[in-house]
Amino acid sequence: MSEYILEMKNITKEFPGVKALDQVSFKVRKGEIHALVGENGAGKSTLMNVLSGIYPLGTYDGDILYHGKECKFKNIRESEKEGIAIIHQELALSPYMTIAENIFLGNERAKSGVINWDETSEKAKELINLVGLNEKHTAVIRDIGVGKQQLVEISKALSKDVELLILDEPTAALNDEDSDNLLELLKTLNKEQGISCIIISHKINEVTKVADEITVIRDGQTIVTLDNKKEDVSEARIIKGMVGRDLVDRFPKHVSKIGEVGFEIKDWVVHDPLDEDRVVIDHVNMNVRKGEIVGLAGLMGAGRTELAMSVFGKAYGKKISGGLVKDGEAINLHNVHQAIKHGLAYVTEDRKTAGLVLIDDIKRNITMANLEEISKNLIVNEDEEIGVGEEYRKKLNIKSSSVNQIAGNLSGGNQQKVVLSKWIFTSPDVLILDEPTRGIDVGAKYEIYTIINKLADEGKCVIVISSELQEILGVADRVYIMNEGKIVGEVDKNEATQEGIMSCIIQSTAK
Amino acid sequence: MNKVREYIKHNMRQYTMIIALVVIMVLFQWLTDGILLKPRNVSKLIYQNSYILILAIGMLLCILTGGNIDLSVGSVVALVSAMSGLLATTLALPVWLSIIIGLIVGLLAGMLQGLMIAYVKVPAFIVTLGGMLVFRGVNNLILKGMTIGLPKQYVTIAAGVVPDFIGGEASELNLTALAVGALFSVVYIAAVLYGRGKKKSRGYEVSSFLVTILKIAVIIAVINVFTYWLALDNGIPIILVILLVLIGIYTFITTKTIPGRHLYALGGNAKAAELSGIKTKQVLFIAYANMGLLSAVAGIVFAGRLNAATPTAGMGFELDAIASCFIGGASATGGVGTIIGAVIGGFIMGILNNGMSIMGVETFWQDIAKGLVLLAAVAFDVYSKSKSKSK
Repeated sequence: MSEYILEMKNITKEFPGVKALDQVSFKVRKGEIHALVGENGAGKSTLMNVLSGIYPLGTYDGDILYHGKECKFKNIRESEKEGIAIIHQELALSPYMTIAENIFLGNERAKSGVINWDETSEKAKELINLVGLNEKHTAVIRDIGVGKQQLVEISKALSKDVELLILDEPTAALNDEDSDNLLELLKTLNKEQGISCIIISHKINEVTKVADEITVIRDGQTIVTLDNKKEDVSEARIIKGMVGRDLVDRFPKHVSKIGEVGFEIKDWVVHDPLDEDRVVIDHVNMNVRKGEIVGLAGLMGAGRTELAMSVFGKAYGKKISGGLVKDGEAINLHNVHQAIKHGLAYVTEDRKTAGLVLIDDIKRNITMANLEEISKNLIVNEDEEIGVGEEYRKKLNIKSSSVNQIAGNLSGGNQQKVVLSKWIFTSPDVLILDEPTRGIDVGAKYEIYTIINKLADEGKCVIVISSELQEILGVADRVYIMNEGKIVGEVDKNEATQEGIMSCIIQSTAK
Repeated sequence: MNKVREYIKHNMRQYTMIIALVVIMVLFQWLTDGILLKPRNVSKLIYQNSYILILAIGMLLCILTGGNIDLSVGSVVALVSAMSGLLATTLALPVWLSIIIGLIVGLLAGMLQGLMIAYVKVPAFIVTLGGMLVFRGVNNLILKGMTIGLPKQYVTIAAGVVPDFIGGEASELNLTALAVGALFSVVYIAAVLYGRGKKKSRGYEVSSFLVTILKIAVIIAVINVFTYWLALDNGIPIILVILLVLIGIYTFITTKTIPGRHLYALGGNAKAAELSGIKTKQVLFIAYANMGLLSAVAGIVFAGRLNAATPTAGMGFELDAIASCFIGGASATGGVGTIIGAVIGGFIMGILNNGMSIMGVETFWQDIAKGLVLLAAVAFDVYSKSKSKSK
């Protein structure tokens, strides 16, 4: 018992309609670095959120034993008090404050509410040295790079006398040098301070370098725990655990009728709007044929959404260069309006924040991108609008009491159908669908796949962006694989396998 | 009866406003011993609140875009009244030209602010705060601390009435007013029944016949009592005509046209609107340019009412306009609100002002009351919205 600092037993966590964790058991030995790997949506972050108290006691089933004692965390502060610190993928730093201020944010060196700045500076300097951060404690977060910000986060955790440090995708946003430094630091902290670490990562090469034990999670269940010290665990073994599952009839049968090339993206380069020197899309070349469904696979952060949005009328990015060719003609899209006029449609990744006006009703959301169709001289014909609403309600089987129902009150699947209706109503030739079935139950997913197939059969060029490999393989005729802003692979439906795609991504990451 | 109740429940939010208006009217009618609703006072209400209502119409469009307000309207009112008055008196330009130039000045002021807000992306609050100070300063610069008298055409616009074509100068009852009331009633009945018939023939759902009849009856009654009151007094104020025209135009634009839809979509979800091809920057710019224009209109009317252009013209107008919109149900985050609502909100405040004046209540009580009503209205709005969201 005493060799395990942490034991999570039979953890089950459900969200409406989805079982995120299913009887997960997870053990971490004292003083070890334990890696938690899995695909997007496998449940890794959820598990850690349960542990740290973000999902408090009562919202999950199962037991958490820390140092052999049962844990009943109601919020993060309680888990922090016990010595558990979690560093999220999105760093929780205040950009306009200094390193020292950030390290002790929420944990100030203060007496009766008055901050002791001398103590804060001294302690901050100590920690900065410890983690090897080459900055003054007065440097402002916004001015230092992501790699250094990561180190500030670790300092923050150390200041809380952490015993168990959880890092969620720590090297996702780092370049190679910073990644190596970070991993070295973790090993040092582990050896010298005896801090146990849990690293959540999909960068398998890093994980094998650093971890003592590796646990693979898939679909909310623990698949296997591998001991990295005894035998060198191979990447292939890990990938198989992450990905292997049966392809049941989750996808409607579809025979594609593919024609000539309808849309091409040539030598596309996009820079980060917040940092114009950072290249986000690196010379991407893609093409889609009419009637073809092209999948764009990759992990989160690969740049797929950025690619789609920058192509869609420069809705994202600065210093964009490259060419777009539609039906053999070069086109220049300076804004979204032009993109729509040229027959492009983009179904956003997040329907609630960027796809729907939630306070508006179904019919108004459906007509929003093409009001001209139901208007004359700028005056909207409301009767025609009702007609359009009813038409799509029937065509896509949107379950609602009427077309006057407010979009915000619909279920996720039906909301997505409204968004799809909106874009189908613009009569596009090229449809880009970004994570079209995210957060939707299996039944509705099937309906959406059917809709996608129908769109392709109408001769449209369809691009499906998805982080679920299985989905891409079930729907696409051809798959482009994207990683770190580049296209790193292209494979036909017949030759594509999940392992193949994952290996392609991982190999292109390892330099 | 059930259908009526269901209809009322569905449209509760809109009717809450009207109910509040009626309640306040009844309350003050009682408190002022019946003076509030005397024909002379009803006319007075219109004259006193016309310019605030004009401002509220423009302000609503700005608020719809996402809770953005315009703090400079009071100063633009002052600036335009001063500029227009100066042109007409000192420079002796023809009145119509002075008015047009005044409107252009207001439009330019709005466009300038719109440019900064929509394209340079400075927050609206700050831009219009700056505008408030700058335009007021320019106003003082022009007037050099003096007050100018204005030609009588300005007064006619603000305080004149439509002459009685039918009855003539001598008749006791302004027959034109009655005729207009009757005409409106007929047109209204026809419009409602026609629209209902068209919807029915297409197979869409319509409210029950009983409800429709009741609605028509109530509105007809209100229209005709109102015009009868005006007939008893002096006739239809010209400013009322201007007001109704503006209300008509803007209600039409916001409810039935593409620009109106774009406005609501922008306020409802700016990101979704942009990704749906709506030129959001343009919409924002136009909202503020329009506000400038309407402020100019209000400026001309106000100057006519005072029969002068003064250095302190328009002070506090922005707050009255903003309050009218929010009392009328506009949302602080945008995307929700109607012209009619803003007008009703303006009337509620107007009746508060007027009623308390009749009662002889000191001004500071009036301010306290206005503030409390605003808080109560918005609190109620937030509450009823949260109730309907929980479904």
